[in-house]
Amino acid sequence: MIASIASQGGFLLLLSFFAAGALGALAFRKNDALANFWSSAFAVGGSLWGIIFALSIFISGTTLSFHIAAALSPFLSISFAVGALSAFFIFIISLVALFASIYGIGYVKHYYKKYTIGTLGFFYHFFIAGMLMVVTASNAILFLIVWEIMSLASYFLVIYDRNDPKNIKAGSLYFIMTHIGTAFIMLAFLLLYRYTGSFDFGVIKANSAAIPMFAKNMIFIFSFIGFGMKAGIIPLHIWLPDAHPAAPSHVSALMSGVMIKTGIFMMIKLFFDVFTTAPLWWGVAILVIGSVSALLGVLYALTEHDIKRLLAYHSIENIGIILLGIGSALVFSSLGMPALAALGMIAALFHTLNHAVFKSLLFLSAGSVIEGTRTRNIEEYGGLMKRMPETAFFFLIGSMAIAALPPFNGFFSEWLTFQSLFAGIYSFSSLVVWIFILSAGTLALTSGLALACFVKAFGATFLARPRSHEAACAKESGFSLQFGMAGLALLSLVFGLFSGSIVSILNAVVKNISGLRDAASIVAVHPAQTIAVNGFASVSAPALFAIIILALALSVVAIKYLVNRKQNIKTGATWDCGTDLTPRMEITATGFSRSIIMIFQGILKPSFQTDIEYNDASMRYVPKSRTATMHLADFYRVRFYDPIRFGFMKISGYVKKIQSGNINAYILYMLIVLLAALLSASLF
Amino acid sequence: MITILLWTLQLFLLPMIAPLMLGIIRKMKAVLQNRAGAGIFQPYKDIWKLLHKDEIISTDASWLFRAAPYIVFAVTLAAAAGIPTFAAFLSNKFTGDLLALVYLLAIGTFFLALAGMDAGSSFGGFGSSREMTVAALAEGGLIFSLFALAVIAKTTNLFSIAAAISLNGHSFFLPIFIAFTGFLIVLLAETARFPFDNPATHLELTMIHEAMILEYSGKKLALMEWASANKLAIFIALGSSLFFPWGIAISPSMGAIAFGLGIFALKILVFCAAIAALESSIAKFRFFRLPDLLLTSFILGIIAIGMVIM
Repeated sequence: MIASIASQGGFLLLLSFFAAGALGALAFRKNDALANFWSSAFAVGGSLWGIIFALSIFISGTTLSFHIAAALSPFLSISFAVGALSAFFIFIISLVALFASIYGIGYVKHYYKKYTIGTLGFFYHFFIAGMLMVVTASNAILFLIVWEIMSLASYFLVIYDRNDPKNIKAGSLYFIMTHIGTAFIMLAFLLLYRYTGSFDFGVIKANSAAIPMFAKNMIFIFSFIGFGMKAGIIPLHIWLPDAHPAAPSHVSALMSGVMIKTGIFMMIKLFFDVFTTAPLWWGVAILVIGSVSALLGVLYALTEHDIKRLLAYHSIENIGIILLGIGSALVFSSLGMPALAALGMIAALFHTLNHAVFKSLLFLSAGSVIEGTRTRNIEEYGGLMKRMPETAFFFLIGSMAIAALPPFNGFFSEWLTFQSLFAGIYSFSSLVVWIFILSAGTLALTSGLALACFVKAFGATFLARPRSHEAACAKESGFSLQFGMAGLALLSLVFGLFSGSIVSILNAVVKNISGLRDAASIVAVHPAQTIAVNGFASVSAPALFAIIILALALSVVAIKYLVNRKQNIKTGATWDCGTDLTPRMEITATGFSRSIIMIFQGILKPSFQTDIEYNDASMRYVPKSRTATMHLADFYRVRFYDPIRFGFMKISGYVKKIQSGNINAYILYMLIVLLAALLSASLF
Repeated sequence: MITILLWTLQLFLLPMIAPLMLGIIRKMKAVLQNRAGAGIFQPYKDIWKLLHKDEIISTDASWLFRAAPYIVFAVTLAAAAGIPTFAAFLSNKFTGDLLALVYLLAIGTFFLALAGMDAGSSFGGFGSSREMTVAALAEGGLIFSLFALAVIAKTTNLFSIAAAISLNGHSFFLPIFIAFTGFLIVLLAETARFPFDNPATHLELTMIHEAMILEYSGKKLALMEWASANKLAIFIALGSSLFFPWGIAISPSMGAIAFGLGIFALKILVFCAAIAALESSIAKFRFFRLPDLLLTSFILGIIAIGMVIM
C-alpha cells in the first residue's frame, strides 16, 4: 500500500491534481463560482494527496528517483528524486496549501466580478506545482525551468489585484529581483557543470570532490546570493515586504510561509548534500547574515503599520533564525563535529516547519481582518476583538507561536536553535566562539523584540475601541476562512505538544543528508515528549502545557469560585480624567513602537516632522491642527541599490560610445569577441 | 510521601512568601526614610481586602482583560515550580530549563501588556509600550547572565546549575560575580523597581507597571498585585539559589532540608535589604537612559561567559 503510494505514479498523480486544477480553472474562467469551486477542490485534493505522499515516503524510508523523459537534450532530462528531505518539504508545502486553499474558497469571493477567478486558480495551481517540483527536481536545467514556473506564477499572483498601481510596482520589483537571483543560480550551476561535467544533481554530488576550492567558494557565493534572494535575507530582501502583501492573502501565506523556504531547501541541498565538506568561513558568513536578517527584520517590522508588511518583515526575521541553525550546523560540520551539526540542522528544519504553520496562520487571519475592514493600515483598526472574535483568537495563537511562547511550536524550534548556538559557545575556545556568542545575543534580542512587536500588532488591531468607521462596522468572516485559520492554529499547538515526536522524525531526515549521514544523534527524545540535548538541557512540551493549565485551573477555581462568591461585577467607562475618551486617545501602533525606534535610531534613522496650523497665522495662539509625521529612510535603496544602479547607468553611458551605427565596426567587434572566446577556450 | 510533601512545599513556597518579601522591602524602605511604615504582613491584608471587593470593568474591554489576571498569575505559579529554592535535588527535567523559565515569564509579560492596552486608556497603552521596550531589551541580559552559570555547570537545568555551582562555584568567583551584577540589573527591570520604575506610585505619568493595571479592581487587581509579587520572589529566588547556592540542600536528608530552608530565608532577607537600600539611594532614571543600563547587563553577561570559556 505504502510502496504503491510512494512511487513514480504517486508523484505524477500529485502533479496531475494541480495540472487538472490549473487547466480546469482556465476553462471555466467565464464562470467565477464554478472556477473557484473547481480550482479549490483540486487544490484541496492535491494538497491532501501531497501530505499522504510525503508521509508514505517517510514511512517507506526510500529515496524515490525516476526519469520521465530520459534525455530530451544532452543537458536536460526530466528526472526527479524524492528523498526524506524533499518529502519533508513536500509535507510543508502541502500542509500550508491545504489550509490556504480551504481559506481561499471563501476569500476569493470578494474578487468575483472584479477580476477573473479562473486566472487566479490557474496561476495558483502552477505556483504550488512549481514549488513541489523545485524541491524534487534532480536535474539543474529542469530545476531552473520549474524555479521559473514558481517565480513567474507567483509574480502573476502578486499583480493579480492589478487596479492598484502599487501592486504593479511591487510586482515589477519582484520580477527584476528574482531574475537577478536566478542569474546567480545559473552561474553557480554552470560552475558545477564546468567541474563535474553534468547537470544531474546525482552526478554532481558524486563528483563534487573534484571541484577545486576556489570554484567551490565561488559556487557558495553565487548560490547563497541566488537562493538568499528568494529567501529574503538582508540586504537582498527589498522585494519581499512589497510583493508578499500585494498578493491575495492566502497566496501571501503560501509565499511567506513556504516559497521563501525553497531557497532554504536548496541551501541545505547544496551546502550539506552536494558538498559534504565546507570551509569554516561559509558557516560563519551564514551566521553573520542570519543574525543581521533576524535583528533588522524584527526592527523593520516594529516600524510598520501595514499589517501584511509587518508580517512580511517577520518572515525575514524568521529566515534569519533558520539561517542561524543552518550556519551553526555548517560551522560544526566544517570543524568535524557532525553530531552538533545535526543539532543545528534539526533546529533549522523544525523552525522551517513551524514558521510555515504560524506565519501562514497570521497571514490568513490578517486577510480576514482586511476583508472585514477593507484596509491594511493598523492605525485604522482597533476593537476588532468584539467584532471578529474568532479571527482575534486565531491571531492571538499565531502571535504567541511566533513570539516563541510555550507551549506553542515556535518555542521549541527557537529553543533548539538556542541550544545549537549554546553548543557552539561551550564547545570551542577559539575565536569562532565569539560569532556564536553574538548570534545567541542577537537571537535573544530578536525574540524579545518580536514579543513587543506582536503585542503591538495584536493590541492595536484587536483591543480597545475602533479607530475608524470601517473597523466599527467590521463583521466576522465566513466559515471557510475560519476553518483554514482554525486548522493552522490547532497545528501550532499540536506541533508544540508533539515536538518530541517531530524531533525524532527530523533525526531521521537529517540522517538522509549526505554531509550529516554519520552524525551520532545527540538530540534524544525521552518519555513525555522530552527533548534532551546531549545531557546539557531538556524540556518537555506536555509537562509545560500541563503545568500552565493546572496552575490556571487552580487559580481560577480558588479565586473565582472559592473566595467571595458574592462579588458584584459592574461595567463602566474607562477612567478618562474627566474628559470624553475618544479613540484618538488610544495608543496607536506607531506610538507603541516609538520608544523602541528611538532607542535603535542609529540603525533605523527615523526622521520626525511636526506641523502646526494656526487659526490665525499672524497671532499664533490657537492651533487649529497639529500633525506629526514619522518617516524612515529607505536605507537599502539609498545606500546599496542606488549606487549600483548609478554605476550601471554610468558604465552603459561609456559603452554607448562604441555603438557608432557603422556596420563595419560591428563586424570588427564580433571578430574580436570570437577571437577572444576561442583564445580563452584554448587557454582553460 | 516525603517527596510529595517536599514538592508541595517547593510549588507553593514562593507564591506564599512573595507578599511577605514585598512587605519586608517596604518596611525597610520606610525605616531608611525615617517613617514608621506598615507592618510586614500588610501586603497579605491588601490582597485579602481586594479579593473581597466588588469590581468595575471597562465597557471597552474584551474577554482578554478578564482572562489576563488569571493567566499572568498562573504563569508565575508555573514558573516558580521550575526554580530551585531550598533544595537542589528536586530535579525537574521537564520544565526546569533556563529558556523555558524565561519564556514562561514572557507569557505573563505578553498578557499583562495586552491587558494594559485593552481598556483603551492612554495610560495603559503607554505603560504597555514602555513595559515591552524594557522587557525586550532585558531578555538578552537575563538569558546571558544565567547562561554564564550554565556554562560553568554544563547544563541549562536550573536545579542542576544550583547543585553544580554550590560544589565548584568558588573557583569561578569573578565570572559569577560579574554575571550577578548583570542579573541584578535585569531583576530591577523585570520587577519594576528603581531605577526603572517606581513601585510605590500609580500617580506618575512615567509609570510602567502601575499604568498597565490601572483599570483593574477587586479580585483581578489582587491577582495582578500578587503576580507581580511572585515575579519579584522568582527573581530573588533565582538570584539567591543560582548565584549564591551555598547551603542549598543537595541530599534529601532532614538536616540538609531544614538548613536549606533556613539559609534560603536568610538569603531572601539579604536580598530584600539590598533592594531596599538600592531603592532608597538612587533616583528613577529617565526612560531613554534605561537601554544603556540594560545593555550594560547584557555586556556583563558576555564578559562573564568569556571569562568562563577562555
